[in-house]
Amino acid sequence: MAEATAAIHGEHEETSTGLNNRKLLMWAFLGSDCMFFGTLIATYVVYQGKSLKGPFPIDVFNIPITSVSTFVLLMSSMSMVLAYAALRQGNVKSFRIWIFSTAFLGMTFLGFQVFEFRDFVHEGLTLKTNLFGTTFFTLTGLHGAHVTLGVIWLLSLGFHSFKGGITPDKHLDVDLAALYWHFVDVVWIIIFTVVYLFGVFPGIN
Amino acid sequence: MAQESGTEAQGAAVHSGHPTPFTYFKVAMTLSIITAVEVGIFYIEDLGKGIIPILVVLSAAKFALVAMFYMHLRYDSRIFTGMFVGGIALAISVTLAILGLFQFFV
Amino acid sequence: MTSISLPIPKRPVHPTGVWSWITTVDHKRIGILYGVTAFIMFITGGLEAMYIRAQLARPAQDLVSPEVYNQLFTMHGTTMIFLAIMPMGAAFFNYIIPLQLGARDVAFPRLNAFSYWTFLAGAVMLNLSWVLGGAPNAGWFGYAPLTSSAFNPGDGIDFWILSLQILGIASLAAAFNFVVTIINMRAPGMLLMRMPLFTWMTLITSLLLILAFPVITVALIQLLFDRQFGTNFFVPAAGASPVLWQHLFWIFGHPEVYILILPAMGIVSEIIPTFSKKPIFGYPVVVLSGVIIAFMGWMVWSHHMFTVGLGPVANSVFALTTMAIAVPTGVKIFNWIATMWRGSIEFKTAMLFAVGFIWLFIIGGLSGVMHSSAASDAQQQDTYFVVAHLHYVLFGGSIMALLGGIYYWFPKITGRLMNETVGKINFWLVFIAMNITFFPMHFSGLNGMPRRIYTYDSGMGWDLWNAVSSAGAFMLGAGILLFLYNVIKSARSGEVASADPWDGRTLEWSISSPPPEYNFEQIPTVHGRDPFWAQKYGGVAMVPVAGGSGEDGGHSIHMPQPSYWPIVASIGIFIGGFGVLYINAASWIGVGVAVIGSLITMIAVYAWSLEPVNDPDDGAAH
Repeated sequence: MAEATAAIHGEHEETSTGLNNRKLLMWAFLGSDCMFFGTLIATYVVYQGKSLKGPFPIDVFNIPITSVSTFVLLMSSMSMVLAYAALRQGNVKSFRIWIFSTAFLGMTFLGFQVFEFRDFVHEGLTLKTNLFGTTFFTLTGLHGAHVTLGVIWLLSLGFHSFKGGITPDKHLDVDLAALYWHFVDVVWIIIFTVVYLFGVFPGIN
Repeated sequence: MAQESGTEAQGAAVHSGHPTPFTYFKVAMTLSIITAVEVGIFYIEDLGKGIIPILVVLSAAKFALVAMFYMHLRYDSRIFTGMFVGGIALAISVTLAILGLFQFFV
Repeated sequence: MTSISLPIPKRPVHPTGVWSWITTVDHKRIGILYGVTAFIMFITGGLEAMYIRAQLARPAQDLVSPEVYNQLFTMHGTTMIFLAIMPMGAAFFNYIIPLQLGARDVAFPRLNAFSYWTFLAGAVMLNLSWVLGGAPNAGWFGYAPLTSSAFNPGDGIDFWILSLQILGIASLAAAFNFVVTIINMRAPGMLLMRMPLFTWMTLITSLLLILAFPVITVALIQLLFDRQFGTNFFVPAAGASPVLWQHLFWIFGHPEVYILILPAMGIVSEIIPTFSKKPIFGYPVVVLSGVIIAFMGWMVWSHHMFTVGLGPVANSVFALTTMAIAVPTGVKIFNWIATMWRGSIEFKTAMLFAVGFIWLFIIGGLSGVMHSSAASDAQQQDTYFVVAHLHYVLFGGSIMALLGGIYYWFPKITGRLMNETVGKINFWLVFIAMNITFFPMHFSGLNGMPRRIYTYDSGMGWDLWNAVSSAGAFMLGAGILLFLYNVIKSARSGEVASADPWDGRTLEWSISSPPPEYNFEQIPTVHGRDPFWAQKYGGVAMVPVAGGSGEDGGHSIHMPQPSYWPIVASIGIFIGGFGVLYINAASWIGVGVAVIGSLITMIAVYAWSLEPVNDPDDGAAH
């Protein structure tokens, strides 16, 4: 019959591969989004060190603070995964706590971003100032937009669960949001290294 | 596709192929430690350009941990891995090609 | 159950009339919508071409001003590629793929509808530019810094950017849908290597789409930001490199041309075996060559930039990769010819177009190989030689195959055959006119005539070629009108078609013409390639899935229901797009409109996600 490549969890869909259509869609989307961020990062790196005037990364970046926000986002991935696990075990209350925690940590990350951006603007770095401002704000801004959409998605799921809208059999809905959320986290991992750490480490540029 | 051999790492998993919350916590701790190491190494200024491969490896490790455990790729169909890795591989290749064309590696 | 009560209207239940088309999620209807719209856009792009050829028919004419001329060739190119060829391909993906797979619809029917309405939004927006301040005028690839607000202060380029972004969303939505559909909704027994070749090429094209479009999405965002927000992505004064635009555009642009040709090759790979009464020669090789073309298509982009000054190393590398990619392309040609060899060939109109495709695509391919040498390309770049090449592969290639596909699948879609006599005249008229139009461009190009010039002096050695081209263009216009006549006349009063008028090989010919709403009363089980042929002549019956719904004449088959949300989401994007477009000019009003548009889309998406695929208490009898 059909070539079944069923996930180990024992889920088997009535599809050619045994995989769920929406999950396949989400992974295809994430593969596609890699190209989106790849292009933005490539643009950033091509222009790294080429600004004709400051401020430059070393003038504005605060690695300790950004490390904290990076840590916050990483922890949000953990709470996301715990939310999913709780739902699968039938604990909707626990799911709710963890998913709202994830959204909260995400909003905290965004809060850090907002403060950071305002700081930079005060120090004279805007979208228009130089190549660094242009590429930095566009890359991190679009990432932040992805995070924002993710937060809205998570909050929706959380509120939906109040009226019994999220039950253990609907775990896929949460799984899809979780995949998106983790992706947004891994993109930040790359941005943190390439933009922040490489940006100010002496001897690189 | 044959069952992945990751099941032996599951310990007290309720369903086979599902990591436990404890596994997730361990991954989270590992991610935090790697981040701390990255930031720590960052202050060793003598490394010069040598820091690049170190940070790349560390970041790749974090990326892989999140992908394999949090995004379940380790336990799921290889089709998902293929789609994701395909996108990543293409993005990296094209990025490196662009950088080469802009004499980044000269 | 919803936790937030929105005033969600009741699910639409219109079976007929305009509203049934507006809310449809049926892949067959969506395919027809795409096809009709794409054809109207093809005519539009053709009219733009007629203006161009009229202007160039003789030296030193001024039928149009240089400014309008620039808009004409920009819109002609953009329209033909994004509003005609790609959507025409999408029309076939939509109508035919589920039928070839043995499926009842695509994986995400509402997403499918959304991709059509969003395409329409992009098409309307782009064409509104003609009357809202001027169409874009910087060529279909919009090189920086010509597209910067410094050199291009009007709204034309902003229309170009936003329309392409909207069209990109539509294409991506469709591509994601087809990737999942083809991977996951095949009939039992239809392994990937048993799929029809058109389906294979669609899968490869869709994978290319989802990987290539994000690149141009970013490039267009960057250009938009430069124009609207004063960023520096392509501003030389800030130290930026306009060449980066070229790289990003062509990293998308080269896979894009394979997106344009692979579906056409898929159609040809269906027509030729059918009318040769032989299976395709070397099926695995044809599949593999498609995969290799898609893979290598990422490695050749800078052959569009040989004269930019990338240096001898870059030029040599890209020259070699470009020469290499000719190999898998050429392989397909041999496969098609070998299929015909010793076949029982019947030259119906569809077959004429398919064979014509092979001939014309070879010519286009040869001029392409001439371009692959960076040295000779230095002579040919930006001349009419390139125009000749691209029209041979895009018209002689894609359009010929699409026209052939229409002749081929028209009976399935409408239940009537297109007129064969008119069809043959149509074919020869188009084939001959196409050559008269585009062949002379090889000569004017090699004689130095640059692209995109609105006029030229007499005595450059170009007069004759241009006159001939223009005559050919008008002949070509007549050929397309004849095609349109055949379509309309045949749809109204053509000979009634059976389910299988061509003695076909694949599953779509096993169901009625046109198919019932649910496509297959019973989903067949497949045991090899060309399953319908195998059933007819090989004694391999396609035993339906046991217990599959449909034993009662289709009455218990539940199809996905119509929905308002896809078109509402598209309308939100359309409005939002206009808002963003006018941010520079209208500041907070622009932002406000953009926000309103986004909210409409977000609400639509939210309601869509809560709406079940099938409403349990729909009341409709199915």
